[in-house]
Amino acid sequence: MSDWVEACAADDIDEEDVMRFDHAGRTFAIYRSPDDEYFATDGLCTHEKVHLADGLVMDDIIECPKHNGRFNYKTGAARGAPVCVNLKTYPVKVDAGKVLIQIG
Amino acid sequence: MAGMVIIGAGECGGRAALALRDLGFEGPVTLVGDEPHLPYERPPLSKEAMTAEAPAIKAIASDELFAERSIRHIHSVRAVSIDRAAHQVRLSDGTSLAYDRLLIATGSVPRKLPMAGLGGRCVYLRTFNDALAIRAHLSAGNRVAIIGGGFIGLELAASARKLGAAATVIEAQPRILMRGVPAEIAEIIHKEHEAQGVNILAGQGITGIADDGAEVRITLADGKEIAADLAVIGIGAVPVTALAGEAGLAIDNGIAVDEHLRTADPDIFAAGDCCSFPLVVYGGRRVRLEAWRNAQEQGALAARNMLGADEAHAAVPWFWSDQYGLTLQIAGLSDEGRSTVRRDLDDGAFILFHLAQDGRLVAASGIGPGNAVARDIRLAEMLIAKRASPAPEALGSQTVKLKSLLAA
Ligand SMILES: Cc1cc2nc3c(=O)[nH]c(=O)nc-3n(C[C@H](O)[C@H](O)[C@H](O)COP(=O)(O)OP(=O)(O)OC[C@H]3O[C@@H](n4cnc5c(N)ncnc54)[C@H](O)[C@@H]3O)c2cc1C
Ligand code: FES
Repeated sequence: MSDWVEACAADDIDEEDVMRFDHAGRTFAIYRSPDDEYFATDGLCTHEKVHLADGLVMDDIIECPKHNGRFNYKTGAARGAPVCVNLKTYPVKVDAGKVLIQIG
Repeated sequence: MAGMVIIGAGECGGRAALALRDLGFEGPVTLVGDEPHLPYERPPLSKEAMTAEAPAIKAIASDELFAERSIRHIHSVRAVSIDRAAHQVRLSDGTSLAYDRLLIATGSVPRKLPMAGLGGRCVYLRTFNDALAIRAHLSAGNRVAIIGGGFIGLELAASARKLGAAATVIEAQPRILMRGVPAEIAEIIHKEHEAQGVNILAGQGITGIADDGAEVRITLADGKEIAADLAVIGIGAVPVTALAGEAGLAIDNGIAVDEHLRTADPDIFAAGDCCSFPLVVYGGRRVRLEAWRNAQEQGALAARNMLGADEAHAAVPWFWSDQYGLTLQIAGLSDEGRSTVRRDLDDGAFILFHLAQDGRLVAASGIGPGNAVARDIRLAEMLIAKRASPAPEALGSQTVKLKSLLAA
């Protein structure tokens, strides 16, 4: 297992919102849920390679900005056409006001 | 049990077939299409597929998925008639299919130029095979003339420039994108095309077109002549309705269905580009849409209603177009609006909110680099669906989050 990587400060992201995080040539999306938990997934939609962080978070769904494909960002599950391939998710923890993700 | 038959294996038909299985239907599902391919997405045809090294079909399902879900896909075969009394569809290979419920999802086809003598260098763009034929002409040094300044023509012009071909767009109306796009946004697109070297001739009808096999010569209303290696005609689309019409179903700018996507025959539904339907958000105004997400949503809704759901199509129309680095998105139909409020976003992106006389938000049109307008257009769509009347000052101010208006 690789190390935990600091992605951002916990209050960089509004509740029910998402932020892009690039690290070592890869791109991720970090989410803060309406009930104030943090999650992380791959940054790009599985339909076409579009940054999900430009999309809209509603409850536990991230909607892709390009064609409105939907994923549950907590599980990565694809939730509606045109997306059919799930998103990869990553463990997240908040430590001293920082959001850390474990990049596998 | 005869099961469900879907005519037309496009975006809508393909999605409907999958949706029937998602909903747990276990009887036979048969999808008949006259193209040789799996159901595929058309939007890339004027965009990525046109410029890709090796253009490929973006299928919405694989043969394996259809097999796994017991969906029978019959390709390269046309449905030629519907016998409503016998609940049977006759196919071009001489066989027949029995149905309990039938979905007609035959899409639309390019409107033809009303002129005789168009040769092989005058083409239309609808199918993957059309795209391959056009692409073969779009190399550096070649000249393409595009007749019609609508979305498909403009996206194709952008792709032609990317491939190094010279592009001229000829539009009879005074400006490009007259239908459905506010002038302020059309102007941004117009300027970007000119900056990229496209020659746009707006307000120019054509009076003649001659194709001698070596080149095409287009005569404009003002007498000028444009020579090109290829002419692509993009002057709109017409719904494919003959099958339904011959079966005695009503046609009204498309196969006429009710808000449940049902025709007057309770066992026959129509959805996608081929149908006209009452748009619930605008009090039942009858429209026909030519939009990808509509085809998806209506395919899924038709599937639910074929299984007895009786659900109305309540979605707000939504459309996007990509040209160069710009993306335009429109939620709702802007012609419902009487006044507009502009909201400026970062990087030159902006959104026009269209308000009805009574202040209700009825549409939003946005343009900007990449996905700059996506989130706000999506929120606008939800406000439109809620029939909200947000304060114009709030819509116009970038510091007021649209999400906060939604909660109000
Ligand atoms: C080049 C291009 C670019 C586009 N770009 C965008 C875009 O950027 N954004 C957007 O929102 N929309 C876009 N669209 C529109 C979008 O693709 C359509 O709205 C969508 O494909 C409609 O789906 P449909 O299933 O109703 O029809 P179609 O996709 O046309 O499918 C209908 C199918 O039925 C078949 N068929 C017809 N009659 C019969 C018969 N009798 N028997 C058997 N089969 C039959 C047809 O051959 C076709 O395969 C674009 C369209 C094109 C052509
Ligand atoms: S790129 Fe995400 S839905 Fe198409």
